[in-house]
Amino acid sequence: MDRREFIKIAGISSIFGLGGLTAFGTLKGKLEASQTGPSQNPQALKAKRWALVIDTTKFKTEEDFKRCIDACHKAHNVPHITDNIKHEIKWMWTDTYEHVFPGVEDEYLAEKVKEMPMLVLCNHCDNPACVRVCPTKATFKRKSDGIVMMDMHRCIGCRFCMAACPYGARSFNYKDPRPYMKEEDMNPEFPTRMKGVVEKCTFCYERLAKGLMPACVEASNGALIFGDLEDPNSEVRKILSERHSYRRRPELGTRPSVYYLF
Amino acid sequence: MLEKAIQGSSRYWVWILFLLSLIGAGVIAYIYQFQNGLGVTGMSRDVSWGLYIGQFTFLVGVAASGVMVVLPYYLHHYKKFARLTILGEFLAIAAVIMCMLFIFVDMGQPLRVLNVLLHPTPNSVMFYDMCVLAGYLILNLIVGWTVLGAERKDVPPPKWVKPVIYLSIAWAPSIHTVTAFLYAGLPGRHFWLSAIMAARFLASAFAGGPALLILLCLIVRKYTKFDPGKEAIQAIGKIVTYCMLINVFFLGLEFFTAFYSGIPGHMHSFIYLYAGLHGHSQLVPVMWISSILAVIAIFLLIFPQFRKNEGLLAVACASTFLSLWIDKGFGLVIGGFVPNPMERITEYWPTFPETVISIAVWAVGFLVLTILYKIAVSVKEEVVFDKYGEKQIQG
Ligand code: SF4
Ligand code: SF4
Ligand code: SF4
Repeated sequence: MDRREFIKIAGISSIFGLGGLTAFGTLKGKLEASQTGPSQNPQALKAKRWALVIDTTKFKTEEDFKRCIDACHKAHNVPHITDNIKHEIKWMWTDTYEHVFPGVEDEYLAEKVKEMPMLVLCNHCDNPACVRVCPTKATFKRKSDGIVMMDMHRCIGCRFCMAACPYGARSFNYKDPRPYMKEEDMNPEFPTRMKGVVEKCTFCYERLAKGLMPACVEASNGALIFGDLEDPNSEVRKILSERHSYRRRPELGTRPSVYYLF
Repeated sequence: MLEKAIQGSSRYWVWILFLLSLIGAGVIAYIYQFQNGLGVTGMSRDVSWGLYIGQFTFLVGVAASGVMVVLPYYLHHYKKFARLTILGEFLAIAAVIMCMLFIFVDMGQPLRVLNVLLHPTPNSVMFYDMCVLAGYLILNLIVGWTVLGAERKDVPPPKWVKPVIYLSIAWAPSIHTVTAFLYAGLPGRHFWLSAIMAARFLASAFAGGPALLILLCLIVRKYTKFDPGKEAIQAIGKIVTYCMLINVFFLGLEFFTAFYSGIPGHMHSFIYLYAGLHGHSQLVPVMWISSILAVIAIFLLIFPQFRKNEGLLAVACASTFLSLWIDKGFGLVIGGFVPNPMERITEYWPTFPETVISIAVWAVGFLVLTILYKIAVSVKEEVVFDKYGEKQIQG
């Protein structure tokens, strides 16, 4: 289905009160255009399959992580929910080595390594379980560059994708997120969400469309490397061919596009 | 036939009013949930499905189990089930309606429910689940209503309904198989990622559903002049016995694979459910109650002398039903989410609004069931008197 068809159906369904289109307000049209297809903007960054390489050796202090996470959460109006940890929304966060790579733990592994924090986010899997199970195509893999997208005004909030994602990368809006955003921290160019929909990292599709690198990459001082996995000359490919890297739970066949360097 | 639903004794009306008040409370709780979001439930980022989806899963089984009385009658001409088939079909209708309501109350954006049809997605098991459930509801409505109507007019059911009945028989296992596939095909959820899931679902469904049917038959007999038949009840009792044994056997297979292989991911959920994991043990007492009830049920069921005593049979059926209700309506869903994919533990317990809404959905089911049974029983009472001219308890 193309964009026009979708807008038509969305229009019809909103007449019957089925649309719930209020989430995105006026920004909707503009963003939608960059959501499904490659951008028409000549400056837009393009790739066959975007990938992110996390150089864990370059994350030394808590501040190094925080910079990336804050950049992401600010750029995308991710609410900061602290009153009930169960309702947390996170696109990018940290967990310790033994939880990011469960199953590779070793009792004699240095405590320091076990407890080592690492960044986690959606892996933009090449064979994404979340996309396979979604009954409405509200989450879909973009053909042009492999980004696993979210259409937050189509999502029915069934949370099947959360059960399916083997990385815990998805968050559900258990309540209206807007009261949890600080006015001064908000990005007016990115939509806020409504309660009852699922969200996650979208590889900054809206920034790529403007020719910008993802917000976290920009804030990382070179610790995060973003590029085209299918271009043999890209920076990510060069690094992957030189250094030892891991992906999370590769045995599941999801083929993550996020790599960890040690 | 609908007029039969509104001619009832005062006891009937008190029961109806009771159900309506439960439904009313549920509506208020649902409005609260609708306004505030699913945060009013006990679900979380880690345990993203809870009581609602558990109850849905359990009730799909109850719906499918109607086939256990329909099949012997229509395919094997087991005449003793003649009076029962309609009760089985109407139970299936009430169960499917509850399933649909549980899915609905679980949705984050319920007003967008039609998106599933507007954007049909054949790679999603949930899409198929919606289709097969709706289909099963329609099939049972057609069959139940037509056959009962014919019986009332004292004519044989029309010929065209036979193929529909056969279709509904084939359809019944499909609804529960598809529901099992919701779980069994997810990578990284070891507890659910089991080839035996669908078989286990069917076994537990064919034990729990008929157990409920026996209890309903006993109630119907107590309060109306319609008797589903002692032998018929005993025959269903045998079905419950075998299916319960198979169900426990299947559960044993899961335990064997998890613990003999010793793979941590496969063992974690079982340990969490039955013994507690890293100091988290909220579900342990509940799961043990389920296990103890299963033992009681099996003990009473396997000895024919106990089973033949209808009082004990009722106890066995109530234990079976409760045991499976806990195991499948609660433990199965929560167990799959604990520990989470990063091997961290978040526990889940339903909240008050969530419980009130769930009770209300059950009340809707019982309301539908009461009305349908009322109609069926009124028709049966008349028909049987006309045909044999005697009270059919002896029959
Ligand atoms: S990490 Fe999870 S949410 Fe992201 S694409 Fe893979 S399966 Fe989907
Ligand atoms: S919650 Fe939304 S994105 Fe996830 S499976 Fe359901 S409809 Fe799709
Ligand atoms: S790629 Fe963009 S959306 Fe994803 S974590 Fe980084 S900043 Fe956030």
